[in-house]
Amino acid sequence: MAKDELVLLDFCWSPFSVRVKVALAEKGLSYEVKEEDLMGGKSDLLLQSNPIYEKVPVLLHNGKPIVESTNIVYYIDETWDSPQLLPTSSYGRSRARFWADFIDKKVFDAGCIIWKSKGEELEVAKKEFIDILKKLEGAMGDHDYFGGDKFGFVDIVLIGLSSWFFAYEKYGGFEIEIECPKIGAWIKKCKEKESVAKALPNPQKVYEFVGMLRKMHGIE
Amino acid sequence: MAEEVQVLGSWASPFSKRVEMALKFKGVEYEYIEQDLKNKSPLLLNYNPVHKKVPVLLHNGKPIAESLIILEYIDDTWQQGPPILPKDPYQRAHARFWAKFVDDKCMPQVWKACWSEGEEREKAMEEASKALEFLENEIKGKKFFGGDNVGLVDFSANFLAYWCGILAELSGLQFLTEEKYPNLTKWADEFCGCSFVKENLPDKGKMVHVFNGLTKAYTSTV
Repeated sequence: MAKDELVLLDFCWSPFSVRVKVALAEKGLSYEVKEEDLMGGKSDLLLQSNPIYEKVPVLLHNGKPIVESTNIVYYIDETWDSPQLLPTSSYGRSRARFWADFIDKKVFDAGCIIWKSKGEELEVAKKEFIDILKKLEGAMGDHDYFGGDKFGFVDIVLIGLSSWFFAYEKYGGFEIEIECPKIGAWIKKCKEKESVAKALPNPQKVYEFVGMLRKMHGIE
Repeated sequence: MAEEVQVLGSWASPFSKRVEMALKFKGVEYEYIEQDLKNKSPLLLNYNPVHKKVPVLLHNGKPIAESLIILEYIDDTWQQGPPILPKDPYQRAHARFWAKFVDDKCMPQVWKACWSEGEEREKAMEEASKALEFLENEIKGKKFFGGDNVGLVDFSANFLAYWCGILAELSGLQFLTEEKYPNLTKWADEFCGCSFVKENLPDKGKMVHVFNGLTKAYTSTV
């Protein structure tokens, strides 16, 4: 049987690409990375593979593109059995999908408002972001992970976004370990996993990248 | 143990109707509990404390919220009847992509175009047209987005098949014209012709009344 060919169209600071990298690593899959120059000019391959959104990440499996990071993680879990990232019960799966959807709708956008704002707007943005993390703390309950005792789907969906948290903390003037200690502890625990540690970009470098974005948006 | 299935919904909401259409499609019996969205019940707030919205599906007392997530749950749980999602992972990814595309790119722009004015309306119309063109291409050569049978994307696009036309008429705009989108228009007719859809479409007169009420609310602040 022919070996699976996996190619990831990536951008090094993308928190969404991290999700795909972690999922592939958890499944023990090897893949080729093609780095996209999102600032300079998107490749033909990216524009052909994702004509509607023209965004990374894109996973090409034997040449067939799958787009939208959460969608890609579902695909990886459904194509390669072990270990299972989503819970086995249909109710458990619906809970995981709910929190993944919540994270997708809320976290990154709220973080963006923080680094784009100043003054009172910034204070409002900070409060909103912390409220979102507190809701997620509630979802985790007393467990080590969102998946319960095991690192799973929801953990993968959130952990990539955590690489941008340092930038939010610096521009927002707050510390997640103090405001949301459970999330702080969860991030530390996830980073102990090889699949996560290898996939996460350096937060200091992300902070510098966000600084560049701020300049581009005329914020200082 | 007898199964208990309840839907907390709103008669006018296409999101709520997606769930009822899907349950009917699968032949699952349920109790419908209408919610007053202006005065939310303790039941709704208890079962959807995060978003406080309809629809919510209660299955033996356990809540599932967010309509597309509910549809996947229905498909996962009740294996009888035709599937809502394909079995093949690549086709599932395809279906999920388009279902979300409808929610993220079509509906919000159509809605915005109907309720805005001037430059904002023009921009929203342009975005809506672009999105509809992608959908027109996607449905080409198929009876339904799901193929021969209705699927996740068809349920997701229910707003376009019915509510959109009523709203467009009221706001003097045109979206799904046969001239511009012949395949989507044909799809809308097929979809609305399905029994599990037909039985779950709110009365047109009542919808006009609701939309007129919203118009008053939006314009009274001017």
